[in-house]
Amino acid sequence: MKPSLFDRVLIAAAIALAILWMLPLVWVFVLSLKSNAVLMERTDAVFSTPFTLRNYADILANPAVFRWVLNSCVVAGVQTLLVLLLSSLAGYGFARCEFRGKRVVFALVLAGLAVPEPAVVIPLHRFFADLGLHNSYAGLILPRLAAPFGVFLMTQFFKAIPRELEEAALMDNASRWTIFWRVILPLTLPAQATLGIFSFLAAWNDYLWPLISATRPEMYTLTLGLASTQTNFAQSEGLGFLMAQAVFAALPVLVLYAFFQRHIVAAVSGSRP
Amino acid sequence: MSAATFNRSAMAGPAWVGWAFVAPFLLCYMGLLVAPVLEGFWLSFHAVDLLTGRGQFVGIANFIDLVRDEIFLRSAANTVLFALICTPAFVGLGLALALVLNRPGKLGAWLRGTFFASNVLSVTVVTLIWRLVLLPDRGLLSQGLQSLGLPDLAPLSDERLALPFIALVTIWWGIGLPMTLILAALQQVPRDLYEAAALDNTSRWRSFRFITLPALRRTLILVAIVQLLGQLQVFGQAQLLTNGGPNNSTRTMVMFIYEALFDQWALGYSAAAAQLLFVLLVLGVSVQRWAEKREDGQ
Repeated sequence: MKPSLFDRVLIAAAIALAILWMLPLVWVFVLSLKSNAVLMERTDAVFSTPFTLRNYADILANPAVFRWVLNSCVVAGVQTLLVLLLSSLAGYGFARCEFRGKRVVFALVLAGLAVPEPAVVIPLHRFFADLGLHNSYAGLILPRLAAPFGVFLMTQFFKAIPRELEEAALMDNASRWTIFWRVILPLTLPAQATLGIFSFLAAWNDYLWPLISATRPEMYTLTLGLASTQTNFAQSEGLGFLMAQAVFAALPVLVLYAFFQRHIVAAVSGSRP
Repeated sequence: MSAATFNRSAMAGPAWVGWAFVAPFLLCYMGLLVAPVLEGFWLSFHAVDLLTGRGQFVGIANFIDLVRDEIFLRSAANTVLFALICTPAFVGLGLALALVLNRPGKLGAWLRGTFFASNVLSVTVVTLIWRLVLLPDRGLLSQGLQSLGLPDLAPLSDERLALPFIALVTIWWGIGLPMTLILAALQQVPRDLYEAAALDNTSRWRSFRFITLPALRRTLILVAIVQLLGQLQVFGQAQLLTNGGPNNSTRTMVMFIYEALFDQWALGYSAAAAQLLFVLLVLGVSVQRWAEKREDGQ
């Protein structure tokens, strides 16, 4: 079928909008390769030489940045693994086991989806202060383990798996635990990937709770650390340095995204039953 | 006992097995979500002494103070306005992009990837980029306006422009998710419906209006609810782009809650504001549900 004029206009508009969408990123990237002194004078000469990697060298010279990256990796990594484990266990329990009060408990968990983060951070802050958990990995990791979204998602997934598979295994006298671990869990890998990607991104990009819990710079995550360097902005003489920082923090997730793009998009759309 | 029920209960096993599977999560859930929600509710009716940590019951005094607090009212109004700008934009632009980009081939994939990419960035990176773009005189926007011979803008220090520009940044950041959700729903609309419509020489507008839109209805409502809930909790962008200024024009409710807690150490007051935000979220979703039901009734 030949595309109509209308189609062509629409797709041209989409391309134009996409270019506009990318423009801020490209602009920041190119200027991050310019020296601060050049940028003090002018920011319009985007494609003229000289280019320099000086700004990136300056970032890497700050040892705190590596610490922040490490913190982010530990927090996002451990949190994701724990969310996957807890959600899979609970999802299986809700989808496949029978016990008194199950419906009530599941309804209670679903109600948690509506709770806004600010409603819990104040008591959590007090609670964690009493336990001495602020400025620790545990303090950064724990709160999100209570998020009900993963349980909801995994319950839906377990429900969609045919019961026959399990019944066959039960006939062979396998225990519930063996069935869960050996038979059912391997079937949920797509769901695990979905939930894993979302949990990791949410943890990596989390801002409000780390801002409250981590007050010592060595416990900052990368997201928080970058925010802490953003003061005195308008008069800044280090524009190139700031731009390099933005690129430095954006690049890992963008590369990760380019790698997993197919899976991420499938995850967003595939999570629908 | 019939064979069927016997089979079923044998399958289920003893009740403790089920509890054992849900217990680890439930423990976290009760301790880290249910208990804090209840404590927040309790706190909102108390004035808390910071030295002893004890609370004195003050009834609804915190709430009365809040509705008399001009800064709180301003931040509530800002928050609602912000959500009312963002939610329709996310639904509308997300739908438009999904319709145009729902095509096979490399170009479609590349464009979809482009619009989703900004979604993975953290709020600090997004605000850092946009503060540079919106910088007066040297920023990308200023450079563009200058080259067109237009007067310079400093949107983040302009009382009327700051909030709409934060909304713009938010849409730039978050459009990928609604777009992808709507795309997924589009791909589930049965092809033969369109083929039948094409045979009848139905116009594109009519097939959009009577096939596509009804099929997308549930997804569009889902997107609207998710966005409404999310945008009413706006915090990071506003804090990092303008820090509530100029003249409180971009102070949001979550910012108010945060500042009451960490700048003034007013625990009860802050908790009371959080309860009101909670009410606002429930109210927002209820209004949408009600509108949806009413439409069903027609």
